[in-house]
Amino acid sequence: METLLNDFSPGLFVVSTILMLALIALMVKFAWKPILASLSEREEGIQSALDAAEKAKREMANLQADNQRLLQEARLERETMLKEARELKSKMIADAEAEAKTQANKMIAQAQEAITSEKKAAMAELKSHVAGLSIEIAEKVVRNELSNKDKQLELVESMLGEATLN
Amino acid sequence: MKIVQQSFKFLVLAVLMFSSASISAFNAGGDGGQVSGKQEVEEYIVHHLKDSHDFNLFSYTDDSGERKHFGVALPVILWSSEGLVTFMSSEFHHDDNGQVIVEKDGLKFTKIHSKIYELEKGATAVKFDADHHATNGAKVLDFSITKSVVGILLIGLLMLFWFSRLAKQYKKKQIPTGFGRVLEPLVLYVRDEIARPNIGEKHYRKFTGYLLTVFFFIWILNLAGLTPLGFNVTGQLAVTACLAIFTLIIYTVSGNKDYWMHILWMPGVPIFVKPILAVIELVGAFIIKPFSLLVRLFANISAGHIVLMSLIAIMFTLKESLGVVGATSLSFVLSFFLLLIELLVAFLQAYIFTMLSALFIGMAVAEHDHDHEHDHEISSDVEDVRGDFI
Repeated sequence: METLLNDFSPGLFVVSTILMLALIALMVKFAWKPILASLSEREEGIQSALDAAEKAKREMANLQADNQRLLQEARLERETMLKEARELKSKMIADAEAEAKTQANKMIAQAQEAITSEKKAAMAELKSHVAGLSIEIAEKVVRNELSNKDKQLELVESMLGEATLN
Repeated sequence: MKIVQQSFKFLVLAVLMFSSASISAFNAGGDGGQVSGKQEVEEYIVHHLKDSHDFNLFSYTDDSGERKHFGVALPVILWSSEGLVTFMSSEFHHDDNGQVIVEKDGLKFTKIHSKIYELEKGATAVKFDADHHATNGAKVLDFSITKSVVGILLIGLLMLFWFSRLAKQYKKKQIPTGFGRVLEPLVLYVRDEIARPNIGEKHYRKFTGYLLTVFFFIWILNLAGLTPLGFNVTGQLAVTACLAIFTLIIYTVSGNKDYWMHILWMPGVPIFVKPILAVIELVGAFIIKPFSLLVRLFANISAGHIVLMSLIAIMFTLKESLGVVGATSLSFVLSFFLLLIELLVAFLQAYIFTMLSALFIGMAVAEHDHDHEHDHEISSDVEDVRGDFI
């Protein structure tokens, strides 16, 4: 302790105090104040830039969500429209089919009717034609048969023979 | 290849540092004669730890046996019994034992162990008592530009140069270039790791300037102490005391009401304990805190210098038993590693001093809630307060 006190130099203490005071004052004025001010200014700049980026990111996300929603809505709308169209189409087809069917049936019925009447007419004509023809033939045959006496007799006989057998 | 080159550079640097440290260590003094014995080494180390009145780089004895000194004489400024006296330190002719007596303005001065004494009227030589104390002289107030003062001035100018240049750089661009790029993270470190957490977000701005100055001042001077210039500024009690007293003044002046309440009339304890605690707290605030600051820095740096010089002295003291090569290499290896540790200590002590200063200031300016004032015991209260700062 005594050596320590002996080593302590009051003169150096005074001189170093003065020098330190001057150094602190000069350093604060010419170095630390501008340095610290610039540093905090820079930090604030960085912070605000980061904040702005974060905000932009959030806005972007919002925008994207909006887009997504719109897209979803559009998709739904398209789907319903498609569905409606499909339904309409099938309904139209069904309607057309039904109409065509009735039309066809009608036409078939008419055709059948026509066919039957034609057939009847044809049948009647054929019948009269056949009757005429057969009378003609019978006339010809009878004429031919009656021209020959023998033959007439022969015929009478055969007919008589047949009649007895029956 | 690059690594090899780098490590080679490092090795060269280390050798240079070592050699320069050893040169400086044994020539920083100014006392005559070569150093070889144990006793002389001890004296030399003690001499080096003291402030010196001249800036001596090295000394040698030439062929004719004459002692030559290489260095710069510094002005001696004394406040004697008859006012201011100035002369150059070269007038002492490197004497440090009271042999040379300088006469100025009718007064006689002599230098004994780096202290200047004014001799009594009529005395022509110094008389010593049994403990080698001068009996017919008195110490004078010595405002000389000593080696430490030169160190403070040089480092102060260096700091001003570096940091004002850094400040100028910020005017032109956001990010500094060159050496400023090294300084900026250090400034940020002190602000963000020392000032801000210890003092608190609200008040730290006011004290950052002081803390930065002290941090760089101590650190650079500690490092300067490891160079061949052989400074021992932060190992001077006067300098560390000056720094500690600055911190004391700052936290005493800026202490708020809470701080003084806690010192003078500790809340939350029985009334008869309050005066006792006030005494303890006053002693703590005004004596223990600054004393711990000044002694820690002084002792660490002095110890570092003593051990480093002792290890370098192995070269002389073990020369006979180990041979020149053995003693030199042993000395080299040991002092090389110690030098690395000292580089760390240089930073660490600057950090600790700044950190504790910030902590003490933080304690003085802290604002805390008062809801624990009446129902807490003293121990938990102190723990609370401490916990807020650490």
